[in-house]
Amino acid sequence: MSTPILTIDNIVKHFDITGGFLDQIKFKHGKFQLEKTTVKAVNNVSLSINKGETLSVVGESGCGKSTLARVVMGLYPPNSGQILYDGKRIDHLSHKEMLPFRKKMQMIFQDPYASLNPRKTVQRTLEEPLRFHHPEMSSKEINNKILEIMEQVGVDTAWTKRFPHEFSGGQRQRISIARGLILDPELVVADEPVSALDVSIQAQILNLLMEAGQKRGLTYLFITHDLSVVQHISTRVAVMYLGTLCEVADSKILFENPRHPYTRALLSAIPKVGETSAKHIKLKGEVPTPINLPPGCVFHDRCVNANERCRTDVPVFTTLEDGTQIACHAVEENREIA
Amino acid sequence: MSHLLDIHNLEVKFALRTGDIIAIDNVNLTLDKGEKLGLVGESGAGKSVTGFSIINLISKPGFISKGKITFDGDEISSYSDEEMRKIRGNKISMIFQDPMMTLNPVFTIGTQMIETLLAHKNISKAEATTIALDKLKKVQIPSPETRLDQYPHELSGGMRQRIIIAIALLTDPQIIIADEPTTALDVTIQAEIMDLLQELCKTDNMSLILITHDLAVVSQVTEKIAVMYAGKIIEYGLTNEVLINPQHPYTKGLINSIPGTIEPGGKLYQIPGMMPTLSKIPSGCAFNPRCTEKKEICETAIPEPKITDAGTMVACHMI
Repeated sequence: MSTPILTIDNIVKHFDITGGFLDQIKFKHGKFQLEKTTVKAVNNVSLSINKGETLSVVGESGCGKSTLARVVMGLYPPNSGQILYDGKRIDHLSHKEMLPFRKKMQMIFQDPYASLNPRKTVQRTLEEPLRFHHPEMSSKEINNKILEIMEQVGVDTAWTKRFPHEFSGGQRQRISIARGLILDPELVVADEPVSALDVSIQAQILNLLMEAGQKRGLTYLFITHDLSVVQHISTRVAVMYLGTLCEVADSKILFENPRHPYTRALLSAIPKVGETSAKHIKLKGEVPTPINLPPGCVFHDRCVNANERCRTDVPVFTTLEDGTQIACHAVEENREIA
Repeated sequence: MSHLLDIHNLEVKFALRTGDIIAIDNVNLTLDKGEKLGLVGESGAGKSVTGFSIINLISKPGFISKGKITFDGDEISSYSDEEMRKIRGNKISMIFQDPMMTLNPVFTIGTQMIETLLAHKNISKAEATTIALDKLKKVQIPSPETRLDQYPHELSGGMRQRIIIAIALLTDPQIIIADEPTTALDVTIQAEIMDLLQELCKTDNMSLILITHDLAVVSQVTEKIAVMYAGKIIEYGLTNEVLINPQHPYTKGLINSIPGTIEPGGKLYQIPGMMPTLSKIPSGCAFNPRCTEKKEICETAIPEPKITDAGTMVACHMI
């Protein structure tokens, strides 16, 4: 077993959305009291990523996958829990102490229209991280590095003086990948990097990411809702539902033999070319709000296999024979899963 | 036999200051009763404009410059605005992509549904409410009575899309044009909405035009498929035939570039380059700069549509 490059340990992230003092006043049990409303975005998530692997976090909108990515990057401080990078705790570091780690972990965002500064040329966008993290580099070295990276991601090197609006969506995503790779990071967190792109462009970008990953030995934390993309690029997959992990497994095992009832429903909903009959598992009701989490297993009120225990006890991760980690009472008890 | 909807040699132009550009070029499509047609292509291929032009929703500077659209035996492309309003949202309804943008946030669901009915039918408010409730039940919305008094923000994305489908169904249309109806939704909800649309077509013998970029969705729902590229239909035939046995290099490329068609981790097929902007469409076949099977003729002559043995229309010199 290889050593984990990143360990996410019991991370909890809640957002206070109460607003001002007056919004906090609630009338309850015959008296006024102050009460806060929190969105429980990520709850007790533990996950480790090994060097060189591509771990995908999948789930539907609002399940907390992007929040998790941002906590990992240090963009949000976690409420509790730890983030370890190469065995060193990084979530509580000061801005200055964090600097060497920021070089090693970079992020690629979803929308290439919003993530590039419209007033900066490609040259300035790409030179900023270099000038910041490597003040010792000369302008010539910087320019060479920029040309090198542009070539690698397939952006014409004659276009360094152009602005983002002069590029198409696919080209822009290439530029933001170049920005993510220019510091030679070890870990790249990619938050839905291909969701905003057309199919043919999506294939180009996925190939680029896989190629860069192989050449540079990168570790990817991939956040996406597109399951066919996940199946294609991941070594391991973590399925998230309502801020909690349901199942973490090898990509191949997960797609061949999903065990958690939610994973099963999710995978059965993927439409495939050439398949006419859609026999997907229907889930009861809708995703509950992360403000009032259901007690017990967060999935129980939509799960056909739920029993009394699921309604009260929170399931914990158990590791199965093939290494799959799963949080489900029904699987644990060997109940028949519909 | 005449078709329910017949689009013949349709051309749509946009008059810009720099000159006219052709957004839709010589498009021919037919739709029969109860039939489901998928219109696919990448952004900018002209699939939405084709959908809009059927119910004349193209706003200036766009206009239909050539061709005719026949619906139920009437040439609706020559209708006046007033005549069109009797068709649009009545016999032909449209569902749009973003359920957050389509519903008016300041009116209740009930108000929006009843308003639509009263605009098209000469009925009382009470009758309209009954119909609205009936349609909400039809789209399988739980507790429909309470929904009528709710505002759009109180509902989830999937629920809102169901409401929009219910509104489209109010007047018992013969055709529903759905423009990327599930693009903004999660896969599990997408599967439910697609099930619903399919079921409605079956029970009400309704026809569906499904506009989407997702070939997998089209494959599951529709019987016929039209693939668009740079304003033209480049391949048009039975869905099963086209997706399993694609003829045009662009269709082949599109299908091969979807992850899931090859072994995980392998290099995905990529179509080089990108779709041209409409003002700079290459001469000859519009796809020629990106095509791997290109010959000299592709750069000079526009390929004529040909019919294959399987009945698929393909516009490619190599066929």
